[in-house]
Amino acid sequence: MELYTNFEGSTMIFSLVGELDEHSASFVRRKMDEYIENNDFDAVVLDLNKLSFMDSTGIGVVIGRYKLLQKKRKKMYVRNPSATVDKIFNMSGMYGIISKI
Amino acid sequence: MSTTNKMTLTIEAKSQNESFARSVVAAFFIQINPTLEQVEDIKTAVSEAVTNCIVHAYDGAQQGEIRIACVLTEDTITVEICDFGKGIENVEQAMKPFYTTVATGERSGMGFTVMQAFCDSVNVTSQKGLTVVKLTKKVA
Repeated sequence: MELYTNFEGSTMIFSLVGELDEHSASFVRRKMDEYIENNDFDAVVLDLNKLSFMDSTGIGVVIGRYKLLQKKRKKMYVRNPSATVDKIFNMSGMYGIISKI
Repeated sequence: MSTTNKMTLTIEAKSQNESFARSVVAAFFIQINPTLEQVEDIKTAVSEAVTNCIVHAYDGAQQGEIRIACVLTEDTITVEICDFGKGIENVEQAMKPFYTTVATGERSGMGFTVMQAFCDSVNVTSQKGLTVVKLTKKVA
């Protein structure tokens, strides 16, 4: 699992590369929290173009970051999910709180 | 429907084995020509069941045995994921969406819900020392 960040204007983009499961969850959680705490931004976008797999552990990770951002009054969005990741987001009701752009 | 093939995989309850386990089941499943979506579904469901073994049955100790037995017929895969851990006290409650016994670590409580959404059937039997999660998925 790899995690990259870059900025598009004042939006911080997280690109998730690989498989988000129980094994990679703690790494993703730690890295994202580090970037969120140490940068100024208006919103966060999770770019899932290269995320080949995600299960419900990943749902927990995303909801955890969503809650952290909510405390900071910042929005979170997702983009480019694969069909299989999109299915997980849909069936878990994640799109009810995090918009796909 | 008669069995056309079967295999059993035994792994240690370590999180780095999750990816390996779901990939092995997916590779075996391919023999009966599932769609890509069906392969992804079984991978996700197996990942959920194996995660449950690691996080719950063996309390995240990163040790303990997980046995994954797959049977193929012409149009169906059956995957039994067994652990020999602490067991599920109340299976009905455990299968409810958002239910989790682990307060820390941001568990979503969606594991069984995902298995049910991605498989044709999910059966769970559990007692102290033996939990069996049986997933079936048809390709037809």
